[in-house]
Amino acid sequence: MSTFVSDFKTRATEKAGDLRHRSVIRTALRSYEIVRDKRKAAFQSWESARQAAAETKWEAINHLDKHLVALTSKLEARGTKVHWASTGAQAREIIAQILRDKKARSIIKSKAMTSEEIHLNHALEKEGFTVVESDLGEFIVQLRHEPPYHIVFPSMHLTRGEIKDLFQKELGDAPSDSPEELTMVARRVMRQKYLTADVGFTGGNFAIAETGMISITENEGNARLTAALPKTMVTLMGIEKVLPRFSDLALFLPMLATAGAGQPMTCYNTMYSGPRQPGECDGPEEWHVILLDNRRTELLADAEQRDSLHCIRCGACLNVCPIFRNVGGHTYGTTYSGPVGAVITPHLRGLQDWKHLSNASSLCGACTEACPVKIDLHHHLLQNRRNASASEPAFFERLAYQIFGLVANEPVFWSLAKKLGWLTQPLQRAVKGSALDPAKAWTKTRDLPPQPRESFKDWWRNRK
Amino acid sequence: MSERENILGRIREALQVSAPLPGAHGETSAHTHTESPASHAREWLPSVGASVEEQFALFAKNAADLKADFQLLASRDELPVALKKMAAAEKWSRVASHEGELSNFACKALGLPVLLTDKGYDVQAMEKCDVGITECDALVAQTGGVAVTSRSAGGRALSVLPPHHVVVASREQLVADLPAAFALLQQKYAPDFPSMISFITGPSRTGDIERILVLGAHGPKQLTIFCI
Repeated sequence: MSTFVSDFKTRATEKAGDLRHRSVIRTALRSYEIVRDKRKAAFQSWESARQAAAETKWEAINHLDKHLVALTSKLEARGTKVHWASTGAQAREIIAQILRDKKARSIIKSKAMTSEEIHLNHALEKEGFTVVESDLGEFIVQLRHEPPYHIVFPSMHLTRGEIKDLFQKELGDAPSDSPEELTMVARRVMRQKYLTADVGFTGGNFAIAETGMISITENEGNARLTAALPKTMVTLMGIEKVLPRFSDLALFLPMLATAGAGQPMTCYNTMYSGPRQPGECDGPEEWHVILLDNRRTELLADAEQRDSLHCIRCGACLNVCPIFRNVGGHTYGTTYSGPVGAVITPHLRGLQDWKHLSNASSLCGACTEACPVKIDLHHHLLQNRRNASASEPAFFERLAYQIFGLVANEPVFWSLAKKLGWLTQPLQRAVKGSALDPAKAWTKTRDLPPQPRESFKDWWRNRK
Repeated sequence: MSERENILGRIREALQVSAPLPGAHGETSAHTHTESPASHAREWLPSVGASVEEQFALFAKNAADLKADFQLLASRDELPVALKKMAAAEKWSRVASHEGELSNFACKALGLPVLLTDKGYDVQAMEKCDVGITECDALVAQTGGVAVTSRSAGGRALSVLPPHHVVVASREQLVADLPAAFALLQQKYAPDFPSMISFITGPSRTGDIERILVLGAHGPKQLTIFCI
């Protein structure tokens, strides 16, 4: 068994039984559901908006080459330097080289899942650069040396008490456990970092091909400051982030806010079309945009699952997923967790290593229903299962089903199996869940219902 | 071959197989194929009301929900009074702003030392200002937010660095909804857009600690919108 599967199982078992974890996540997500439903209901037609969003992203992704060429030529026309990276290693090297050229020491970062994907902080710190995450949730998990728990709410697994203790230990400043006061501690720490950082680093939520803009969505104002004060700005973004038109944002920005956090609009939605332009009084002198492939083109080549590149990373599918809610974000061991992570990770990091994620699903379809761009998530999980077993058939599973088929098709065998089951069940009960139990994977946490004395067939035959 | 050509080559190869259209489970498309799918967004987004009065009422309600302070003033003369009251209550001693008809009027009324951003500024000095006063491009009734740009609102930092952001706007800047706001920006600026366009919807906020709302995470703790 590969370590990815066994790690997943160990962590999932541990988290599913952790009552504290369960209560923290349930509380957080219950309030999310209430506000999201309220915001969805405010739309005149959320369903039509979803369909249009899905079609817009379809248009963007299915003409990706054309849109990327338009985007880059517009960006470059206004002095932005565009870089292309096929792999995470290339992207890291491009970014490190920009920092070396600028003789930079300190980097202030706003939230970017792509940077988690390529393990950027670790690489930059190894080269001696100081990297500070400015988003409050990201700052908290950075202080804890752990990855974000959730793509939108990085620190949702922590209580205020734990954050207070963390600030006390790492910053020597935690007046109380009030969220307000703790936020103000982070604000004070970050202010001076903004004013002195050499480079500001951001991600991107949407890239507009028509006008050559990158749109960044955030609540805190940290990305706004990151893109305003340092002399050099660096933006790392997946190639799938394109939207064809400027006006498409009028639909996507409120949908992202509604699906992601139950807000009518996220506090700051900002479109950047270049570094500081002639006549402008501030902004970076240089802007570098890195377009990252990192096996997205492999996902693009799978026409059946291509729509998973429509993902706008709102996190809605994580929030509604019964598996995510029980096992939590860190259990996945991936940058992108939850249903969408289970769909795309096998493509981005290898099918056989990550196929177990497609079984971490009840196939209830809540993810598909929650997705604002209508990605067919639960069917993609099934397709991943199919593809995994086609490329590496599971011998024992196949044998077990062949035997079952044989028994189920032959009435004599079937009635014999029934009798055997009825006789052996008391024995199974004695060893239930232990190493001797052949069904232990199932019975360790569940009861096998007792087999009735009389089957339906017997009842039918004996009825008066 | 450059990485650009490598990536574009892989994309073109992948796209030789076409993908099924979204919503293929028997649903029909919401738009005709000659226009963009999002062109009817106005019909699906939250409704805004037909008259200007309704839209101002909606803006006021949305701004209040966002914990922004919206003051619709009956005349221009009310602005100095309202600003001075605010300055006294919050003990403003330094103001940051930019050149503009309304912003100049606001600064003159206050009579405090003003840092103007237009010809460049010292960022440490701006950090010490109590308030940033800017104009804007639009007020959006649908969201209760404002649209600013690096050209209309004194650069990139002025509307986020000081702890209180005051927007001075005029009534005709109200637009009904987001599609109208994007159309206005495109009409006003294309193709020479300001390098930053920002939709500000309420004061800076975070919910990163137990999903509890805290205002003023990194940007302004307060947002006031005066409309005259």
